Amino acid sequence: MSVLPQRQAQIYRKGPKPFTMACEKTSLAGSVSQRACVFCGSRVVLYPIADALHLVHGPIGCAAYTWDIRGALSFGPQLHRMSFSTDLREMDVIYGGAVKLEQALFQLIDAYQPKAAFVYSTCIVGVIGDDVAGVCRKVGVARGIPVIPVESEGFKGTKKDGYAAACEALFTLIGTSPVEGIPKLSINILGDFNIAGEVWIIKRYYERLGIHVVASITGDGRIDDIRRAHGASLNVVQCSGSMTPLATLMENRYGIPFLRVSYFGIEDMSRALYDVAKFFDDKDILERTRTLVREEAGTVLPIVKAYRRDLEGKKAAIYVGGAFKAFSLVRALRLLGIRTVLVGTQTGNKADYERLKDLCDEGTIIVDDSNPIELAAFLQEKGVHLLVGGVKERPIAYKLGIGFCDHNHERKVPLSGYEGMAHFAREVYSTLMTPVWRFALRAPEVQA
Amino acid sequence: MINREAADAVIPAEAGTQSIGLGPDFRRGDVKISSAARNGCKVCAPLGASVVFRGIENGMALLHGSQGCSTYIRRYMISHFKEPVDIASSNFAESATIFGGKSNLFTALDNLIEQYHPALIGVASTCLSETIGENVPALLQEYRAQRELRNLPFLIPVSTPSYSGTHMDGFHGSVRAIVDGLSRKELEPARVSLFPGFVSPADLRYLKDILRDFELPFTLLPDYSDSLDAPAWDHYRLISPGGTSIKDIQSMGSSLAAIEFGRTLSGANTAAQLLEERFSVKRHTLGLPIGIGETDRLFALLSSLSGKPVPEKYTGERLRLVDSYFDAHKTVFGARAVVYGEEDLAIGLCSLLAETGIQPVLCASGGESGRLEQELLEAAPACAGKTKVMEGVDFAEIAEEAEGLSVDLLIGNSKGYPIAKKLKAPLVRVGFPIHDRFGAQRQLHLGYRGAQNLFDQITNALIQMRQDASDIGYLYM
Repeated sequence: MSVLPQRQAQIYRKGPKPFTMACEKTSLAGSVSQRACVFCGSRVVLYPIADALHLVHGPIGCAAYTWDIRGALSFGPQLHRMSFSTDLREMDVIYGGAVKLEQALFQLIDAYQPKAAFVYSTCIVGVIGDDVAGVCRKVGVARGIPVIPVESEGFKGTKKDGYAAACEALFTLIGTSPVEGIPKLSINILGDFNIAGEVWIIKRYYERLGIHVVASITGDGRIDDIRRAHGASLNVVQCSGSMTPLATLMENRYGIPFLRVSYFGIEDMSRALYDVAKFFDDKDILERTRTLVREEAGTVLPIVKAYRRDLEGKKAAIYVGGAFKAFSLVRALRLLGIRTVLVGTQTGNKADYERLKDLCDEGTIIVDDSNPIELAAFLQEKGVHLLVGGVKERPIAYKLGIGFCDHNHERKVPLSGYEGMAHFAREVYSTLMTPVWRFALRAPEVQA
Repeated sequence: MINREAADAVIPAEAGTQSIGLGPDFRRGDVKISSAARNGCKVCAPLGASVVFRGIENGMALLHGSQGCSTYIRRYMISHFKEPVDIASSNFAESATIFGGKSNLFTALDNLIEQYHPALIGVASTCLSETIGENVPALLQEYRAQRELRNLPFLIPVSTPSYSGTHMDGFHGSVRAIVDGLSRKELEPARVSLFPGFVSPADLRYLKDILRDFELPFTLLPDYSDSLDAPAWDHYRLISPGGTSIKDIQSMGSSLAAIEFGRTLSGANTAAQLLEERFSVKRHTLGLPIGIGETDRLFALLSSLSGKPVPEKYTGERLRLVDSYFDAHKTVFGARAVVYGEEDLAIGLCSLLAETGIQPVLCASGGESGRLEQELLEAAPACAGKTKVMEGVDFAEIAEEAEGLSVDLLIGNSKGYPIAKKLKAPLVRVGFPIHDRFGAQRQLHLGYRGAQNLFDQITNALIQMRQDASDIGYLYM
């Protein structure tokens, strides 16, 4: 199997050779990238806002493929789980889709009475030149809710540009509602999407510390909360690839500082809580943090240790969207006795990859914007036992009889926080201890 | 080992009795929604093309558009087939959109050929490339001319703008484009060309058995029975093995007959129509052979083409199916079913239901051939006056319509599950996509055996619903 010459610079093997990594570029045509497009980036970030109307302006595909695609939970409104599309047809493409968009917005807002509407532009909208912003303004004024255009034409960059477009859209909401009554000890949670209820776990920790959460952006998100997010004292940013643009915008306009954290794994979860506690520089909070970490880690560690006995020495590969998740996974797997021999991301930057290099053992392959052929070749070369990734990576592992854990939007079990680490350990254990791999056809020495 | 209820366990206490579930049933008022699709009951044309090109031996699909098109379609297909699905993209950037996608397309072709060594590449357009007016056939000609010294794979352009039709248009259009690009009149011994439409790998395997048992030489196009239902591998395959061989497609011009499944295709420009027009091959348009009535028509045709009676194996299957209809008639009689999905699949399913005494109260599709009602009544006259037929609808409209119909059962793909959950009626999963169950590849719909499989599933779904709802829960019949 061959690696395309133009892709060589996006692969690094940790060793004596000096570190270099080409990244943050558009995918190579014909390489079958695992990435999606700008629209995808915007859609995944905004999707969990449960009381907003999410209208995809374009032909049916983009809305159909993203219908209820993420396990982002909400208690209360479920409007985000509907797939709305202007379903543009040939005539709309010829004569313009603005009229249809306006009608669709009026009808859907009247029928579903959302707190706000996001209008996602897809590829052809950028070409046929609909005045999406104008329509949004008009409908917004007429119905008295924010109607926000999201400039997410698929071809206008990479998934990361879609994150930025989503952040721009969110930023127009922030600062539009009074902030009275918000306590000083308050934060916004950025970049947790409440997959399988993860944000609820994290919120509970902060509540135990005595820290008020103003808005979760966007997991289990609500428009009214986001509008007053500028009243918080701190932005705590997970999934920094998608949410740093928003945190930066808020820092510049409202002077709200931000911290980068990860809630995955015992180490990173504890560090996140301590970092937030230190920021507030409050003795009580620090004390409560110590207690929480002691109690929670004390509950989870014995579980992890019990699993570790059987997992020690196994080899893992990681291929995920963002680099921060990859850092956490390397550490969490290490806690389980598992060594990461291949790690890659869709959207990491140079600093991210440098950090991954420092974190990983000699010989580890680090790869940017990989494709199925490369991933399969590396999995086989390294004799990997476990691949952690998303749905698109899953069949690569299973076809070869290699274990797989979903760490993407589709997962149904929360992996955040201390209890999440217990779930993850249990999932890794069941993945690697199942008797079915003994039927795998790979050469036995590779399986050992 | 895995805590199945883990997600439920973290639901905040304050959520109380509030809905965590699916119900998008908080729609207020009675506003008519005419300008938007809500939970579309269709996907876009390039998906159909991508399925078809996976059914050609050593074939690959390349979508001429943004990276997202191929990635979304891959994800959608992987969740159904549980197989690797590699679809290349020309990965339009802003400059390509302004200046044309030629250089991206050429790079994509170069890289695809270098990495995968395909024998055929289907180049399907997207809404983006169509809107900016890309002439893909001309670009491919230019590419061939430029790369003339290389041993190039066959390059098949197909026009699949997502703003036109559904995935089924992309499917049938791609089959036609392949035949258009490859078929010649040859002196080969004549075969039957069979165009089965978008059916499951299990259906394709069964169709091949049937034709073999009639001793009819045949070419099945597309044939993804192996490539999209592959076994475990000892090493990674660049392109999943299996599929219709290019040689066989090339000789389609000398076919003995062309059979296509899909009643709504009659009169349409299809591969079979092309073979008839260009090579005077007799075209036979049949319904998808689901249920006894539609399957009998297929077997009668095969019998006449082969000059052989229906093999005993199949008369046996048919009579065992009849026997099971007799056994279970009381269980199913009068049950009220909602059927949805691609038009031709819906027609076939309604025909099966109607012949067993189940009443399809709603037959709905996101497709808009304009022929659904007429063709349904041809296939299943018993539906006249009893089945509401809706073309071009989305799942929200199906849900709203189904609400007042006292539904006992739904039959269709997994995207109707929210409706089934809300109506507390069982859903028998058929067709595409089946994203919330295993075994989509193995679901058999066609022929007597397919009808047997579906009938047993339907009957048992009805029994289970009654059993679950009963305080007694009878253990025997």
